[in-house]
Amino acid sequence: MIKFLTRTRHPGRIEPVDIISWIWLFFGTTMIAIPIAWALLSSFKSESEINSFPPTLMPQAASTVEIEGQSKPLSMWQWTTPEGETKEVAMVRRIGIKATMIDPAEPNKKFQVPINEIKQIKDVHFAWNNYSEPLEQFDFVTYIKNTTFVTLVATLLTLLLNSMSAFALSKYNFRGKNAIFVAILSTLMLPLSVIMVPAFIVVVGLNLADNLWGVILATVATPTGVFLLRQYMLTIPDDLIEAARVDAASEFRVYWKVVLPLCAPALAVLAIFSVIWRWNDFLWPLIVLSSPENYTLQIGLNSFQGQFSVQWHYILAMTVIALLPVTVVFILLQKYITQGVASSGVK
Amino acid sequence: MNILLEYICDFFDRFLRLLERPLLALQKVIGIHRMAYFFLAPNMILFALFVFLPVGLAIAYAFTGGTEMLIWNRPFVGLENFRRLLSCSSYMDPATCEYDIFWTAIHNTGWYTALNVIGTLLISLATALVLNRLTRGKAFFRAVFFYPVLLSPVVIGLVWKWFLARNGLLNLFVENFGGERIIFMLDVFWSRFWVVYISIWFQMGFYTLIILAGLQAIPNDIYEAAQVDGTSRWRQFRKLTLPLLIPNLLVVTVLLLIRSVQVFDEAWVLTDGGGPGTANTFIVQFIYQTAFNSEVRLYGLASAASVLMGLVLLVLTLVQVWMSKKAEH
Repeated sequence: MIKFLTRTRHPGRIEPVDIISWIWLFFGTTMIAIPIAWALLSSFKSESEINSFPPTLMPQAASTVEIEGQSKPLSMWQWTTPEGETKEVAMVRRIGIKATMIDPAEPNKKFQVPINEIKQIKDVHFAWNNYSEPLEQFDFVTYIKNTTFVTLVATLLTLLLNSMSAFALSKYNFRGKNAIFVAILSTLMLPLSVIMVPAFIVVVGLNLADNLWGVILATVATPTGVFLLRQYMLTIPDDLIEAARVDAASEFRVYWKVVLPLCAPALAVLAIFSVIWRWNDFLWPLIVLSSPENYTLQIGLNSFQGQFSVQWHYILAMTVIALLPVTVVFILLQKYITQGVASSGVK
Repeated sequence: MNILLEYICDFFDRFLRLLERPLLALQKVIGIHRMAYFFLAPNMILFALFVFLPVGLAIAYAFTGGTEMLIWNRPFVGLENFRRLLSCSSYMDPATCEYDIFWTAIHNTGWYTALNVIGTLLISLATALVLNRLTRGKAFFRAVFFYPVLLSPVVIGLVWKWFLARNGLLNLFVENFGGERIIFMLDVFWSRFWVVYISIWFQMGFYTLIILAGLQAIPNDIYEAAQVDGTSRWRQFRKLTLPLLIPNLLVVTVLLLIRSVQVFDEAWVLTDGGGPGTANTFIVQFIYQTAFNSEVRLYGLASAASVLMGLVLLVLTLVQVWMSKKAEH
């Protein structure tokens, strides 16, 4: 491990540049990890814990003990006597600056302690109900369902329609090919954020306002997807297609059975990106969807934090749920994702 | 996972087999080469509906007034919307403009763009140079830096909102170093600082990858030749790396410009819709609020702003396409 970490460009020699490089990498990694890790840890904190300052690193809860003769569990405190001794005691009640305590070892003897001599003992405790309660009490299950539906349907349609266009543009010669190619290219210049007002009017015209299909259809045709697949299909030899035609395969069969399977790597890259884009979409669903039962997860999360800005314990738990699928996809497929970006510069 | 995929493929297969016969008939009628139109049709219809038609509508709506949604109910007002947006006694001071919120948004987008482009460019370049030196662990660090790119803007906004909260982790550091706790998002300077910082934080990985690809395309033997000549490392960077990397850096800059002009999502979540006041109100947000989030829905005014913004993006994208082509050759 140490050998690995201390490798340098010139073996046996550590240059200042190496040290700066490692400091840069270490610093950058921490800068990225800290906010995410902090939100993750905090999502397990109870409501009282989350609102307290100074915050603790690990999610905690007051340590309690069951004592015979007491109706409910008592909280545990550390008592530092004026003589400097420390003892673990349980609190029965507290009035003003005096607290009535008992020693768990001798539950019958009560004694009074000034509160400035005691400190509460806390245990690491994960509040899993931050995750279960919002799913039961609020519409988060609906939001998750909606997002999953939008993501899956939009991705399948993106793959199908974009590959069909790419097939036409790479394997046929027809009138208007260049014009269509330029037209698709030009759509790159007009992201949805610029044409959102008229695009919304179109959605209203199609009677798809406040409908998940309004979200899906507007995002399915992507110029990036067409380009990516077209570039890939150009590398497939035309002889294969000719051979299939000689065997009397229909054009659609050629596309479906010959070209598409050969494009699997490019389709996989597009599928990964489509899933991530659609899962994370915010502005367009925000415009199209208006009733809470149609909200996607991102919209639900945003409106939830606006309404209940003090309920950070719920907000953070749901944020982690929104973050999870993308993280899993990334961990499993990070090689393809980073390569896909480096080679094609997608979006 | 594989079973699921097979199941989906099988389902599609069955569904598409139904299409086989009618498509073959169509093919016989129109000929093999015109089948291209069939393959293009679905995508082109969607492009037409959600890109080309909206562009036309944006231009048409920009010349109409009133609050009706249907275009034939809207009065034609000529250039009135553009006049309202653009009439200013001093373009440097949004308060002197007739539509001051629009100019505030332009000013905000301007400083955001400038800082975001410069910051992201420098940090991505430095990170790419460091990653390019690594002999091992390159894939790991590349993944670490790229991960935030994939997060949703809402998640990024909320994660940072929590980090910067009054009782958040950053304020613990502030207090430990003897400072007073700061409510970052209610302070004009700090909220702007964090909006830019967070943009750089989550998108630098993307640009790092592009610059890294450029660095790896530089052949190694020119460095070896330089080393034989005894050229210092700093000189190698200035005289070899940087000039060879310029095409990539220009493409990255234009991509960054295009993205910065469209800033919305994460800033919206982080600043509760542009606060404090209008310190973080950007152009897309102005359009969104004018058209969808105010009592009177001013589609005409919002469309006029969209047209102006679209023109800027059009120019930037043309530059980018032209430069990408040049970088390829």
